[in-house]
Amino acid sequence: MGATLFRKIWDAHAVRTLPNGQTQLFVGLHLVHEVTSPQAFEMLRARGLGVAFPDRTVATVDHIVPTLSQARPFADAAADEMLARLSRSCAEHGIRLFDLGDERQGIVHVIGPELGLTQPGMTIACGDSHTSTHGAFGAVAFGIGTSQVRDVLASQCLALDPLKVRRIDLTGRLAPGVAAKDVILALLARLGVTGGNGFAYEYGGEAVDAMSMDERMTLCNMSIEGGARVGYVNPDETTFAYLSGRPFAPQGEAFERAVAWWKTLASDGDAVYDDRITLDASSLEPVVTWGINPGQSVPVSGHVPHETDADGPERASLSEALAYMGLDGGERIEGTRIDVAFIGSCTNGRLSDLREAAKIAKGRKVSPHVRALVVPGSVAVKTAAEHEGLDVIFRDAGFEWRNAGCSMCLAMNPDRLNGREVCASSSNRNFPGRQGSPTGRTLLMSPAMVAAAAVAGEVVDVRRLL
Amino acid sequence: MSAIRAVSGRALPLRGDDIDTDRIIPARFLVAVTFEGLGEHAFEDDRAALSGAHAFDRPEFRGASILLVNRNFGCGSSREHAPQALQRRGIRAIVGESFSEIFAGNALVLGLPCVTASYEVVEKLQSLAEAQPDIAFTLDLESETVTAGDLTASVALKGATRDALLAGTWDSTGALLARFDEVRAVAAKLPYVGGFQASTGR
Repeated sequence: MGATLFRKIWDAHAVRTLPNGQTQLFVGLHLVHEVTSPQAFEMLRARGLGVAFPDRTVATVDHIVPTLSQARPFADAAADEMLARLSRSCAEHGIRLFDLGDERQGIVHVIGPELGLTQPGMTIACGDSHTSTHGAFGAVAFGIGTSQVRDVLASQCLALDPLKVRRIDLTGRLAPGVAAKDVILALLARLGVTGGNGFAYEYGGEAVDAMSMDERMTLCNMSIEGGARVGYVNPDETTFAYLSGRPFAPQGEAFERAVAWWKTLASDGDAVYDDRITLDASSLEPVVTWGINPGQSVPVSGHVPHETDADGPERASLSEALAYMGLDGGERIEGTRIDVAFIGSCTNGRLSDLREAAKIAKGRKVSPHVRALVVPGSVAVKTAAEHEGLDVIFRDAGFEWRNAGCSMCLAMNPDRLNGREVCASSSNRNFPGRQGSPTGRTLLMSPAMVAAAAVAGEVVDVRRLL
Repeated sequence: MSAIRAVSGRALPLRGDDIDTDRIIPARFLVAVTFEGLGEHAFEDDRAALSGAHAFDRPEFRGASILLVNRNFGCGSSREHAPQALQRRGIRAIVGESFSEIFAGNALVLGLPCVTASYEVVEKLQSLAEAQPDIAFTLDLESETVTAGDLTASVALKGATRDALLAGTWDSTGALLARFDEVRAVAAKLPYVGGFQASTGR
């Protein structure tokens, strides 16, 4: 009987069974950022502990960095203090830090892969729920809280319970204008935002085989929105080709040895899964969220549900979402007026995302009533995009071209919604208040769909603009 | 750390599914190098929107220590700031239909139990707390029950979680460091830790 990639990696990293029955799991790569780590370093200090494997720990800054002027000190003194604190902690413990001003700085889930730090077969942890992104490489990667960041710093280990594995087969090929973002939004609509509790999601099938690494990262990134702490894709030639030559990937003969090992990790053909579902990817159209969790979405040709479409406790959720979004129910999603357009985030802030959005923006103008931002996921993405002239295309169309960071995905920096503004966003969460205004409203969609909404001033089907 | 066998106190019913950690503690309060002071900002935006009618603002629930929630509580961001804020506001245990895994794990490390119960049980408990805010609730982790007045209902929690709370061993750092030679041994066997050098290859 075969094993899943999840099981193989878990077994290779299991240190022992702890007295409470949990598994002590070795963490191959620990990624650290400025928001969830200062308290962890403080806890170490209070207990007189050091960092066990500083060379398996990498830090950067992303959540709170301004995307306009990045001159220090920042206008926000508390934010500036957080960066200073991280810089001191990293220096004290010998941790590599890609700080502001470094060409390798960027959103932690963008730079890990692009530097080749993220590799198949690793266990990866980071104090951020979107760590699931790294599963795109055939790694087991999960988000953790600050006390667990302390644990990993102190011991390079976590105390965890194993997950069940749900295989998600995506059959067929995506139609033009349909993106990985649409696939994951459609899956969340089908499986629900709690359907993944206790599971790791393994994505596979023809549509996934055909996806680029950027697209696979988008897919894995939002696994957590379905309750699945881990999402992954088995490593293949696409994975190896992406990693070849990256600065922190093995080089030369070591790379050949790495590939040989990586190939052994993919789930066996006869692997047994705890659950299995199939989705016909070729039937999908662009998807847009209308509500206040990422599972509340409809195809772009669809209509917002009516309150009466659900019973019992479901109805309360539905009516809460409709009320927050200012919807009656039954409206067509296409034609929903927007105020802000945001392209960026660890979900969709990579070079290919900016390319898809630029194709739509090229030769068009942002609607006069729309404020539109493009925030590259990393300095490297920004540089590469500028090399291709994407910045010029966006600027000519009336988009703002910013520096790298998390920005308006969670509004911990100055980029945020005002009042009840409606934002077409390529990010990952449409929770109430998520984008910085307690009453702000978010419509999640692919980067190309955001660009289309920006020029139309309202939600439109990007396929008509291709 | 001392063992937690039971939590007693008045209850605070907070209705709604999918209450995410951005709502529990909005991101702007995470721009700080300490968890101190987070308690006063718990649910700040939700409370402002309801101008005094939010469960955390209602005088009859002031001082309550057992939070009663619905489905998928604590979903979204992995920020430990969320359970930190609730604990610093006086919450000592949470009873709900279901929790996000990351939230429940973060809460456990703080010694804040998250236990689950059916929709019907949670509904009964919430209604009881709303009708009689002064009634005392007791969550007994050993027997996995909640009692309030004449009502006794069963709740559930993972065996490992229950054991950790009952034994007072929910702080994992010590256990993870206890046999560090074994950690080194596992690391040494992983080909990538050695940079895929020929001698460490499989």
